Amino acid sequence: MTKRLTAFYWMTVPAVILFFIFMTLPALQGIYYSFTNWNGFGKHYDFVGFKNYINIFTDNNVGNAYWFTFKFAIVTTILINILSLLIALGLNAKIKFRNFFRGIYFLPNILSVLIVGYIFNYLFSNVFTIWGKNLGVSAFSTNILGNEHLAWIGIVIVAVWQGIAFNTILYLAGLQTIPTSLYEASNLDGASRWQEFWKITFPLIAPFFTINMVLAMKNSLMVFDQIIALTGGGPGRATQSISHLIYTGGFQGGEFAYQSANSVIYFIVIAIISVLQLKFLQGRETDM
Amino acid sequence: MRTKTNWLVLGLIAIGTILILFPLYMTITIALKNPEEMTRSVFAIPTTFHWENFRNAVKMTNFFQAFRNSALVTLCTVVLTLLTNSLVAYAIARNMNRKFFKGLYFYFISAMFIPFPIIMLPIVKLTSALHMTNLVGLTILHTVYALAFNVFVYVGYIRSIPVALEEAATVDGAGTWGTFWRIIFPLMAPINATVGILICLSTYNDFLLPLIIISDQNMYTLPLVQYIFQGQFNTDFNLAFASYLMAMLPMIIIYLFAQKWIINGVTQGAVK
Repeated sequence: MTKRLTAFYWMTVPAVILFFIFMTLPALQGIYYSFTNWNGFGKHYDFVGFKNYINIFTDNNVGNAYWFTFKFAIVTTILINILSLLIALGLNAKIKFRNFFRGIYFLPNILSVLIVGYIFNYLFSNVFTIWGKNLGVSAFSTNILGNEHLAWIGIVIVAVWQGIAFNTILYLAGLQTIPTSLYEASNLDGASRWQEFWKITFPLIAPFFTINMVLAMKNSLMVFDQIIALTGGGPGRATQSISHLIYTGGFQGGEFAYQSANSVIYFIVIAIISVLQLKFLQGRETDM
Repeated sequence: MRTKTNWLVLGLIAIGTILILFPLYMTITIALKNPEEMTRSVFAIPTTFHWENFRNAVKMTNFFQAFRNSALVTLCTVVLTLLTNSLVAYAIARNMNRKFFKGLYFYFISAMFIPFPIIMLPIVKLTSALHMTNLVGLTILHTVYALAFNVFVYVGYIRSIPVALEEAATVDGAGTWGTFWRIIFPLMAPINATVGILICLSTYNDFLLPLIIISDQNMYTLPLVQYIFQGQFNTDFNLAFASYLMAMLPMIIIYLFAQKWIINGVTQGAVK
């Protein structure tokens, strides 16, 4: 039996060492550097205590990145969930070519986020503007990605276009777990479609709602590829996300230590939001 | 009422698919046009197919090299992940009553909450110090980072496999390793399909990790190539779109053939 146990230890030890070196160690290093003033390439650096953390709270660029990221993440998460639930309900109805449509709606999920971003970049600058002009909508007759106030909407559109795919499939899986006998019973009782949705469908897919909300929110908070492909954070810094700020500041701006402090805060924020979301949404699940 | 086709819903769903397919239609048609045809109409189907866009894009971006790199990293990551992550999860799943293994379980899965940017800056220093700024390094990192999610998924699955099977094998004189490879691993085929599909998609399409650790242009992966050549594509959109299309095509072709498995795999991975 001890020989068996030894084998089990050998199965995990190499993985633990690698995981420690490439995951835990960098995370600890990040925390360590966040208390220094290292620029990322020089030989010398000093400890500065909590100075980086204090500066972050008064840094306009950081505040700006948080504002953009949260605005983007909340709007994107809500839109993705509403639209994908509607599509899933449609796909779950008795319609022809269901598998064909399901296949199309899932297609964006398998595509590179970066390349999809580049494709939309072109559409925003050269195609949607044609429609804007023809329809006489002034806001869309110029490239919205070049507009300080509207660029973030462009990024939302791309993120929603691609994000719907995954959530739709999950909602569809959830809807298919609901026994049809429940609907037959509610039909006999004369319930309206609206009542049926809120009293039967929605409570029964609550676990799927929880997963979808948490995953969509987490993905949106980490937005990076779309920013690179669509705006590069601009115009100005109007669409700079937190990840993008850490990347550009840390690698190109000589702010290695400072952005490390920023990423520690970012980690804490994401962890708190994930836990709160899970607690709140799972609490609702049991209520219903 | 529910027995016949709902035409209103069908109509709305069909309109929705147009919104999904429109950008892809544009990608394909633009990749096949030349600038002259573009000025005539951006939307029209090309009258003559300009295959030279693809030839030029292949030459300019060294497509086959990048494709080989992407395919190699993706394939090796999938194989390595399936073989190693399942083994780790097996050891954990069968010893959850022991403090060490239970601790490991939570150690691995807690990393799911760590956003990549927090390790992004130090990992660049670490990989260059260890001479891992290459395709091998990329494969190792992908495999190690996959542990967090995969341990979670695998452990759940393995615990549903009855221990009696392994006990019988032990009585017959099989060792722990032999039991795993000959009895447990084959039983894990359905969950391996799910994990394999998820890893394949995320590795092939990953941009951030290659961006920060790969600097040798012979090792560029497909998404990285699109980023690097943005400046050189300049306003030659036909060339750029030919390049985008070629980069996405391998995954689209796989999807056309394995659509059902991919959708099921992704669903299983999330529901677990």
